[in-house]
Amino acid sequence: MAKLSDNFAGERLGGRGQQVFFDAADLGDAGAALTYPGAFAVDFNRHAEVDAAAMDARAVNIRIRELMADGVGAITVANPGAKHSLGVGILNRLNLAFAGSLGYFGCGLNDGPNVTVSGRVGWSFAENMMAGTAVVEKNAGSTFGAALRGGDLVCKGDAGGRTGIDMKGGTIIIGGRTGAFSGFMMQRGRLVVLGDAGKNLGDSMYDGVIYVGGKVAGLGVDCVATDMTDADVEWLARKLAIYNMDTAAAANMQKFTSGKQLWNYDNLEPAEKKLVL
Amino acid sequence: MCGIAGLIHRGNKSDIGAELTAMLQALKHRGPDSTGFALYGDGGDGGGGRYVMRFKVAEQEDISKGFHIHEQMRRRRETVDARMAERGAAVVSAEQATEYAFRYVFTYDGEMKPLADYIEDIDGAEILSIGRSLELVKDLGDAGEIAGQYGLTGFTGTHAIGHTRMATESDVDIRSAHPYWAYPFNDIALVHNGQLTNYWNSRRALERRGHRFMSNCDSELIAVYLADALHRGGDLEEAMHRSVGELDGVFTYVVATGDKLGMAKDEMAAKPMVLYESDDFVALASEEVAIRSIFPREIETSDPYEGEVRVWQS
Repeated sequence: MAKLSDNFAGERLGGRGQQVFFDAADLGDAGAALTYPGAFAVDFNRHAEVDAAAMDARAVNIRIRELMADGVGAITVANPGAKHSLGVGILNRLNLAFAGSLGYFGCGLNDGPNVTVSGRVGWSFAENMMAGTAVVEKNAGSTFGAALRGGDLVCKGDAGGRTGIDMKGGTIIIGGRTGAFSGFMMQRGRLVVLGDAGKNLGDSMYDGVIYVGGKVAGLGVDCVATDMTDADVEWLARKLAIYNMDTAAAANMQKFTSGKQLWNYDNLEPAEKKLVL
Repeated sequence: MCGIAGLIHRGNKSDIGAELTAMLQALKHRGPDSTGFALYGDGGDGGGGRYVMRFKVAEQEDISKGFHIHEQMRRRRETVDARMAERGAAVVSAEQATEYAFRYVFTYDGEMKPLADYIEDIDGAEILSIGRSLELVKDLGDAGEIAGQYGLTGFTGTHAIGHTRMATESDVDIRSAHPYWAYPFNDIALVHNGQLTNYWNSRRALERRGHRFMSNCDSELIAVYLADALHRGGDLEEAMHRSVGELDGVFTYVVATGDKLGMAKDEMAAKPMVLYESDDFVALASEEVAIRSIFPREIETSDPYEGEVRVWQS
């Protein structure tokens, strides 16, 4: 296993590395850099419930922060009522459950929490998520996981258009169908769709991998079909098993990657790659 | 940005005035400039050749301008009355919602377009809707204010569509507010969220075929486009499918007729729409929070896909 210090010598890591796997325990003092300044020490055995019925988004988000500050590590938000921007900007370890549906921009900019949503989510759920997991039991709106940077994002139902647009890392799994322009300009990461994919799949993608189990309405510019490997099947089966999804689907997926005729990192200098990412 | 909403009860009636008011109030943040309702009830009293007409004789902002506006509005209304009588339209009842907005129930057995043209020829007069069941109300302000001003709570009917407008392409006035009536076709109204990029070319083509535009709002084009298709004998759903290919831009629109509710999304699905559908009720809106405003219980919702056209019967 690579050491963080081997890859980021002399550089303070403010977030989480996406391509380097490491155990924080191996890092010694450097491990402190993995936690945001002011992060709360929480106990996952301490649970609290927030009834959002009569609260606006700001009040709910402040209450979540107050509970984390108090050391609560498991929070259930009841009656979210499809309100927008709930559960955003959480840079902390936390088990966060929404009992109901969320509106737009739910759980964006998170780095660390494990989120579950028992209902549906609106547009741009988990946008820019950096680490952690987010699992949605029903459907999702468009731009699901836009600019995702890390972690696992799962929708067990159908997702709208532009799923994983501009994603820069992490994994998105859609249990059903996804709409047009999914994977548009994706730069890294894996997008897994067990159902059908809309037109212009992977349009202008720089890099990354898209797996589709159903029919593809059409490929976007510079998105090409690639042969599945045993490693792909094994990875898919393991990932799907984690979220209690159909592991048998792993053996019958199609794989798509960038043709690298339009945009690709191979034409960039190392310093330029860093700017892009 | 704008917010759009629609609902249809299949096989029964409900207080659609209160329901749509709640939905549009929940979408206020998407469009604070104006709010509009197209409600389908028993305005024409269920037959007997009766129509219901909503019209205005001034813009809201006109009231604060000019020394003679009140006298002008009075004269305009008298002229409307005279011209209707001249064409054989008999007013059964007349209500005044505001100083500039009126609701007439009338009987008429002639062709509607010449009558509508004759009324709109009056300077300052604009027909918002004519139909057997459609009543179109729109004004500046939020849904709660307008529903109170026009007495919409308690309006019983089968289906309705509405709009909260954030003005981007044209003025903040009643003329540019949604819904748009598909002039001069009875009972057809439309709301839209998006931008049409081939507006002027399409508008000129429709004007050459004799259609009138009351505003410079691109949304009006869709209403006129559908009116033109119906005028040429087309079917609503077929016309909606064709519109997805012929209208250029990003859009989601909701249209209603005397007994149908429909929605269409552009090929890129760039504008939002959330749908709740059951055997006896359908609701759709730009945001789920609007649908939640009339449902106390947990519900299943979904997003229609790119290029999708759906039509529901009441």
